[in-house]
Amino acid sequence: MTVPTSRRALLGLGAATLVAGCDRLATAPATVDLLGHTEKLTKAAQRLLIGRTALAAEFDRADISRNFRANGSINVDDIDYQADAARGFPDWRLEVTGLVKTPLSLSLADLRALPQRAQITRHDCVEGWSAIAEWQGPQLGALLARAGLLPNARYAVFHCADNLGGGLSEGDRYYESIDLIDAFHPQTILAHRMNGAPLGIPHGAPLRLRVERQLGYKQAKYILRIDLVDSFAALAGGKGGFWEDRGYEWYAGI
Amino acid sequence: MTLIKRHRLPTRLWHWVNALAVILLIMTGLQIFNAHPMLHWGKAGNYGDPSLLLIGSADAGNGRLQGITQVLGHQFDTTGVLGVSAPGQTAIAFPAWATLPGPRNLALARQIHFFTAWIFVAGLIAFLALSLANRHLRELTPARAELAPRHIWHDIVQHARLRFPRGEDAARYHILQKLAYLGVILLLLLMIYTGLCMSPGMNAAAPWMPALVGGRQSARTLHFLAMTGIVAFILVHLAMVLLSGPFNQMRGMITGRFRLPQ
Repeated sequence: MTVPTSRRALLGLGAATLVAGCDRLATAPATVDLLGHTEKLTKAAQRLLIGRTALAAEFDRADISRNFRANGSINVDDIDYQADAARGFPDWRLEVTGLVKTPLSLSLADLRALPQRAQITRHDCVEGWSAIAEWQGPQLGALLARAGLLPNARYAVFHCADNLGGGLSEGDRYYESIDLIDAFHPQTILAHRMNGAPLGIPHGAPLRLRVERQLGYKQAKYILRIDLVDSFAALAGGKGGFWEDRGYEWYAGI
Repeated sequence: MTLIKRHRLPTRLWHWVNALAVILLIMTGLQIFNAHPMLHWGKAGNYGDPSLLLIGSADAGNGRLQGITQVLGHQFDTTGVLGVSAPGQTAIAFPAWATLPGPRNLALARQIHFFTAWIFVAGLIAFLALSLANRHLRELTPARAELAPRHIWHDIVQHARLRFPRGEDAARYHILQKLAYLGVILLLLLMIYTGLCMSPGMNAAAPWMPALVGGRQSARTLHFLAMTGIVAFILVHLAMVLLSGPFNQMRGMITGRFRLPQ
């Protein structure tokens, strides 16, 4: 180790030691545990204030953002997906599985034939930017009602076609989950249209989730399967989502 | 030497809890800002949209990076501090020494920010409630005569000459102190308001909150500006403590006992 000679270097070393100490403290297991309790407190407080059905703000056509940045995966690295996409997704299916009475397998045409909801809402990225767009699709609640939930179903898990982690393990595939309060919220839709056109590939074609009272990373893209479960324990990192497994809050209302 | 009772226990307790919380909130907040180092005005704002502030980097040739800060359309070279941090030539808006955690880690910064925010909000509410009850807020409220420009100017001149109150006069607050302390409390309340405006959950509960300040991105910009106001307060506050007898002032805020300067 080189010995710092100047006052400035010594101050720098002192500051670096302090910052390193802070970082060690911040990543200690006890701290991680404590911070996890904060998320529960925030969720409980917000749910109390918001209630089950309060709507996210909806905007006018004039508010729609000129540029809506596509974040995370912007394509699916799969030859069959690409071929299907080029033809307008005739072979794509959405499966509804798990703790349901009747598992469903639906085509894009089936989803288009269901009653639709259109909403102009703001997408808030965890990074800090936001963009407004119009989304259209069937309500998730109606779909789940059709499948019929078993009494022990607690969460809807969205399994996606994209592989944001880039690796080969199960945990590299994108997935997300919401509880039944958000699943049956009137603004929670499976969007297949954006700003009056079919959903583009960078935004998750052919189908993405809109769960409007939470941040952008909850809005799963390229959805293949909705699995009803009673716990996340058996899924990838066990935290209920791709970003949740990497330290982000499962409850993304803040 | 006689020591008088200067600061009440709730004031002292809150001062230190709040000081620690505010420092953690600023450092984690700067880390969160680094994830989108731009400020916008309005309901939405994104890369490619107009910005009031942008901190970025550009290739300066010969493999080096240049730190660039744009404020209201004016561009500044801030290499070494903003945009590009000195030693490793890293492209990052605020340098690692100013953020918590030091390395880029948005997830952990957010968790610490929200944990600390709960302590900060609870502390501020308790402090304001107790200060109303024990009349501390009343001591901080300016009297009408004190607000006369002549009186304020007189206090500014006294401060500029580093002539601080002596004797019994040092046991009460003067107009600049009152304005500074009430002002920073207002900034702290604005931080809570604008912070809540950025939460999509809270937006559903109270859509009027972001609307009142021009939208979510406006709220984010005000959150940042109020932070810079708080940093300015901290710097002036620390300078005043150092200039007016740091040992006596620290004892006053730790034990409550204060020696009246003669």
